[in-house]
Amino acid sequence: MANNTTHTIEYQSLSKTLLILLFLTFVTITIASVHLGAFTLAVALLIACVKSFIVLSNFMHLKYESLLLRILVGMVFVLFALIVAITFIDYAFR
Amino acid sequence: MSNVSANSEYVSYLDHHGKYKGIMSWIMATDHKRIALLYMYSIMTFFIIGVVLGIMMKLEMLTPGETIMKAKMYNSVFTLHGILMIFMVVIPGLSAVFGNFFLPIHIGAKDVSFPKLNRFSWWIFVVGSIMAVLSQVLKDGPPDTGWTFYAPYSTTTSSNVIMATAAAFVLGFSSILTGLNFIVTIHQLRAPGMKFFNMPLFPWALYATAWIQLLATPVIGITLLMLIAERAFHIGFFDPALGGDPLLFQHLFWIYSHPAVYVMMLPAMGVITEIIPTFCQRQIYGYKAVAVSSLAIAGVGFLVWGHHMYTSGMSDTARWFFSLLTFIVAVPSAIKVFNWITTMYKGSIDVKPPFLYALAFIFLFIIGGTTGLLLGSVATNVQVHDTAFVVAHFHYIIFGGMGFAFFAAIHYWLPKMYGRMYDFKMANIGLVINFIGFNLLYFPQFVIGIQGMPRRYFDYPAKFQPAQLVSSIGGFILVTGLIIMIYTLVKGARKGAPAPANPWRGSTLEWQIPSPPSVENFDEEPVIKENPYDYK
Ligand code: HEM
Ligand SMILES: [Cu+2]
Repeated sequence: MANNTTHTIEYQSLSKTLLILLFLTFVTITIASVHLGAFTLAVALLIACVKSFIVLSNFMHLKYESLLLRILVGMVFVLFALIVAITFIDYAFR
Repeated sequence: MSNVSANSEYVSYLDHHGKYKGIMSWIMATDHKRIALLYMYSIMTFFIIGVVLGIMMKLEMLTPGETIMKAKMYNSVFTLHGILMIFMVVIPGLSAVFGNFFLPIHIGAKDVSFPKLNRFSWWIFVVGSIMAVLSQVLKDGPPDTGWTFYAPYSTTTSSNVIMATAAAFVLGFSSILTGLNFIVTIHQLRAPGMKFFNMPLFPWALYATAWIQLLATPVIGITLLMLIAERAFHIGFFDPALGGDPLLFQHLFWIYSHPAVYVMMLPAMGVITEIIPTFCQRQIYGYKAVAVSSLAIAGVGFLVWGHHMYTSGMSDTARWFFSLLTFIVAVPSAIKVFNWITTMYKGSIDVKPPFLYALAFIFLFIIGGTTGLLLGSVATNVQVHDTAFVVAHFHYIIFGGMGFAFFAAIHYWLPKMYGRMYDFKMANIGLVINFIGFNLLYFPQFVIGIQGMPRRYFDYPAKFQPAQLVSSIGGFILVTGLIIMIYTLVKGARKGAPAPANPWRGSTLEWQIPSPPSVENFDEEPVIKENPYDYK
């Protein structure tokens, strides 16, 4: 439907996205050596989610798609968060 | 365009070869209808092998002690039986066969969005299946872990676990790609004028299913890779000695495998939702409730996996939480059952074989569903976990539910798929024998399960002998019924009387086109009704 138009994205904005992603990768690696206790995993997952959000919206053009599609993809993030949270109901209370 | 010119162009998809001839015209086919038949023939083959293995187990259980096989052999037989039936029969079953065939037709499309990807999905399915067979014959011996591959046993047994899990991994890709294809098809290829809420309910069920296939299957893929890595490199994901957690395997396994239950059940419910209005000549009761309940089942179904782990040593908080969620997911399933029954109320019911199979489905599904609540409640689950009660429960759901829905679907759509009709009387005889055999086979398992008969055992104390005997006899009766059913269907498909375009007076789009359909499904623009179940 909304897909028949092509979106030319400037090289500049693509390289900006790339730089942000590389920076976040760097953060993931450095933060692994900082002792955050139980939050280590939460932070790592959060950064990973931000990264995939950036990839989806910029590289995969989700930001030009219909509202319906954006909501559907958003729901996948919610689902993922729920599954991780529920798994930790086991680990946190064992 | 006049009707005459449209008719003279008509070539059935069964006669249209395209570029290739003979068997290659099938293997290389991109037509969704041909691919559907390819899936059906492969799945029926695996089903028959699975049934033979099931009957071997029933022979073993005829008497206490060793009857025809030793314990190790029994372990391998139920493992292969489970792998075949789950990964190669019921998970692809309805969506790859009837979904492929009827999804595009139901929404007024010529094919799925990615026909070549669809063909590729079947190819991978075949590759995965060959790997599963190889795992049985390679030199380390057939796997004996059960289809669940639980760690730590699966990381230490000497049998061929790696090949079997790799097979399940590959089969998963077929499922993911089919799901992806269906989601895109439903979003992009609906005929002009067909909104989401004008679609029949079978596509709705397939849509919910496709999301599960797309999102849940990667989890089992990763899990099986972790298991392979653990076996090969002793990484320590699951081994406590290396800092791992064996329960992690169970969590990951069931995060996929519980939603997978709905990959089997949702399309089954979708089939029943098509059949009931047709044979009652009545608008489905609560169209939107049924459509949305499919999505609700898919959504909440993702969050209940822990009910398989009540006795595993999971935290108490998690136990009551999963129990609560499990009871919530029962609600949308019950909505569907009530809606089917209400649809029948005051309908003009035509008791043909597809409708009878649908009734059998509802009956068996209610038994399976209510015993599921017993298993969903922690207190009772602890008593019957890993007993024959569970075996009875899931056979009632997946065989009595999904299996009988498959049989209902093939009796409903065979005239459309092959353009020929089967013998009703023979079909009814097959149905009655199947129904009696099925209940005799599995109902006693509930009873001895509660009395303490464990699951996955090749032996039992003498007090279970009478029930085991009844169960085994039920197995033989069921197989007789299956043989009659398959014979009747094959004969009908090959030599039956030509079927009209709309033998059951159905109202959805597949009944507007000739039987069998032409290559492009719609030689004329289909008429899209606002309400797909309009019987006025
Ligand atoms: C005539 C048909 C069938 C017979 C006689 C049969 C019989 C059995 C028996 C005896 C067991 C082993 C129980 C135990 O000792 O724990 C079993 C397990 C199982 N069956 Fe069936 N079955 C049949 C059809 C099916 C179908 C259609 C499905 C799926 C759709 C299915 C799925 C399974 C699964 C998943 C297991 C568990 C395997 C495991 O424990 O790893 N069966 N069946
Ligand atoms: Cu479950």
